[in-house]
Amino acid sequence: MIRPLSLFIFNLNKQNVKTQVKFASTVLPQFSSEKYGVKRKSFGVLQPRDIDYFKSILGEDRVVTDESDVLPFNIDWIKNCRGQSKVVLKPKTTEEVSKILSYCNGKRLAVCPQGGNTGLVGGSVPVFDEIVLNFNLMNKIISLDEISGALVCESGCVLENLDDYVRERNLIMPLDLGAKGSCHIGGNVSTNAGGLRLLRYGNLHGSVLGLEAVKADGTVLDCLRTLKKDNTGYHLKHLFIGSEGTLGVVTKVAIHCPALPKAVSLGFFGVENFENILNLYKRAKTSLGEILSAFEMADNGSVSSTVKNLKLSNPISDYPFYVLVETHGSDETHDSEKLSRFLSEGMESGVIVDGTVTSEPAKMKTIWNIRESIAGAGLVEGYSFKYDVSIPLRNYYDLVELLRDRLKDHQAKVYGYGHVGDGNIHINVIVPEYTKNMYSMLEPYIFEEVAKLKGSISAEHGVGFRKPQFIHYSKDESALQLMKDLKKSMDPNGILNPYKVLPD
Amino acid sequence: MSRVLVGVKRVIDYAVKVRVKPDKTGVVTDGVKHSMNPFDEIAVEEAVRMKEKKLASEVIAVSCGPTQAQETLRTALAMGADRAIHVEIAGAEYETLQPLHVAKILAKLSQDEKADIVIVGKQAIDDDSNQTAQMTAAILDWPQGTFASKVEKSDAGLTVTREIDGGLEVIKTKLPAVLSADLRLNEPRYATLPNIMKAKKKPMKKVSAKDLGVDLSPRIKVVSVEDPPVRQAGAIVPDVDTLVAKLKEGGHV
Repeated sequence: MIRPLSLFIFNLNKQNVKTQVKFASTVLPQFSSEKYGVKRKSFGVLQPRDIDYFKSILGEDRVVTDESDVLPFNIDWIKNCRGQSKVVLKPKTTEEVSKILSYCNGKRLAVCPQGGNTGLVGGSVPVFDEIVLNFNLMNKIISLDEISGALVCESGCVLENLDDYVRERNLIMPLDLGAKGSCHIGGNVSTNAGGLRLLRYGNLHGSVLGLEAVKADGTVLDCLRTLKKDNTGYHLKHLFIGSEGTLGVVTKVAIHCPALPKAVSLGFFGVENFENILNLYKRAKTSLGEILSAFEMADNGSVSSTVKNLKLSNPISDYPFYVLVETHGSDETHDSEKLSRFLSEGMESGVIVDGTVTSEPAKMKTIWNIRESIAGAGLVEGYSFKYDVSIPLRNYYDLVELLRDRLKDHQAKVYGYGHVGDGNIHINVIVPEYTKNMYSMLEPYIFEEVAKLKGSISAEHGVGFRKPQFIHYSKDESALQLMKDLKKSMDPNGILNPYKVLPD
Repeated sequence: MSRVLVGVKRVIDYAVKVRVKPDKTGVVTDGVKHSMNPFDEIAVEEAVRMKEKKLASEVIAVSCGPTQAQETLRTALAMGADRAIHVEIAGAEYETLQPLHVAKILAKLSQDEKADIVIVGKQAIDDDSNQTAQMTAAILDWPQGTFASKVEKSDAGLTVTREIDGGLEVIKTKLPAVLSADLRLNEPRYATLPNIMKAKKKPMKKVSAKDLGVDLSPRIKVVSVEDPPVRQAGAIVPDVDTLVAKLKEGGHV
């Protein structure tokens, strides 16, 4: 009876939604190759002698071949894609990665680099029998310059561990996302992950100071500087940020960590319509200015289904739209003055109908947890088609309404939520189960509409396995041609993460 | 209709990692985010619900502590308390403030304010004393309903369901009475924006322990505060036989 803390800790653990939904369904997904009708390219086929070679570099323990042990590495966490890999390699050093790739390149063996396997477009799992290169064991922090904020670490470090580490030294990681407890910094960099604080701290093209990558032929490319300014020649590191492991494998990262904000506040508001969200965003930019660190929205369906499916509680009552505003600042009094002026103006003008605001860490965590859980909450109800698009703000929510109308005679729920500040909306279409019919109702329709609105078909999730055939909606032929030329030059045999990013 | 006095304590937020001071005299509180003790939040919620159900006429929140305790009181006001009393205790005196002192303060204020019900959290999550409710009841010579998970109005007073080892106990008590809130009593609300705004204008009285005639000299001395022992790293064994052998070796089987 007098152990209240353990009860609280239990509650906190329950909030770890990802682990909760990860195994919500036990049915194995269909093979990606069958589901999406893909033909295997003429890569080499893994032989026992290849396994022997890998064991000679890594030892017995770090070459995983048991079918049931390999299975989790073949399936993505939303259980959409399933590959048929026979082996998972777990290197501990760049040299080992280099040896593996050099060997695979010589034997034309395809490789699928994999971080925390939290991707949403099938980029992190093999399609056929690609060798999975897993970075779990490359998880060492190499250095942290507390003055400049430059953190250097290996690519397998889990984002949350890095954040905990730098927080103890009064810094934070420049990115934060729902999958932080599992995702690797190498994966974040390779996919140019965006997340919840992009509005304030910018994207990884700005935060990544340098990196080390291994090319397909095993060459180690050392761009691991920690300089903010370095205009000497081509800025090669950018080739590896967002190229999803198709040009090289990131093994080390140098990243700039901003100062830990001394004062953090979080507001969660109910809003009547989308027009008012835009209105509020405009006000937030002017009245909160430099302390605004996140401006997120979610429609009623996103929040109410998340709260229901995961048995959370909504701190405010039911509203058509919800907005979450976070501030990061250095002076609590200054920030709270600004925030309360912003709030009273919002209330008086009727833009904010109701809401709550807090600077207590536990309460902020509870509110953020609702927002972060939306992505996975739909899995409880069935199959979830997920889209991540950028649309100019004026038309930000149009696509959700178009889809609801298009699917009104089907058993489907359409939810929209996302990072208003970045013009990035996520759309979940929840159906009882995956059907080809529903798939063809959604794609390429969504991408066509996004192209019409002059948006991007992938704002932050990347192209991966699921979208190469649609990339032309966002990139023109000349850009695609240069991408193909780069790929050919850096990975002539095409062994790195094949079937991903670029169309054939 | 009763008047309810609620005790609220400002503690290190439960989501914050607590660190022990190097000299082992206590824990680091400077620059650490504080919030209302979660059990006190439950107590405030219960008091506010009593008012909403017209069982109570007024809810008064009390906190003992330095200036920052006023933030905690504002939170209580935003949740729905009508007014607040800040018993200012700072510096060395606050560091050695103990449940007995707080109980004496609450007892005195209950009499001054003519309270019929005193509700506090069953314990604070920083010192885990679990004494204030019991001591307050003893000083006032009022009945007590501790570890309450349900409080209902009955003819003469209250029916209180208590969480006890292995089950629940239902007691009836007359008023005035002292209650302590357990985890399952209710789920505290989030203060809404209009109420946060209103709370800024609600009255907050500041008094000192001296005004109340309570002597704050410490009765207990903290000898040393230490981290719990660090858990030893686990080891992975290759097969069941090795595991059994290791367990035997360690005398576990």
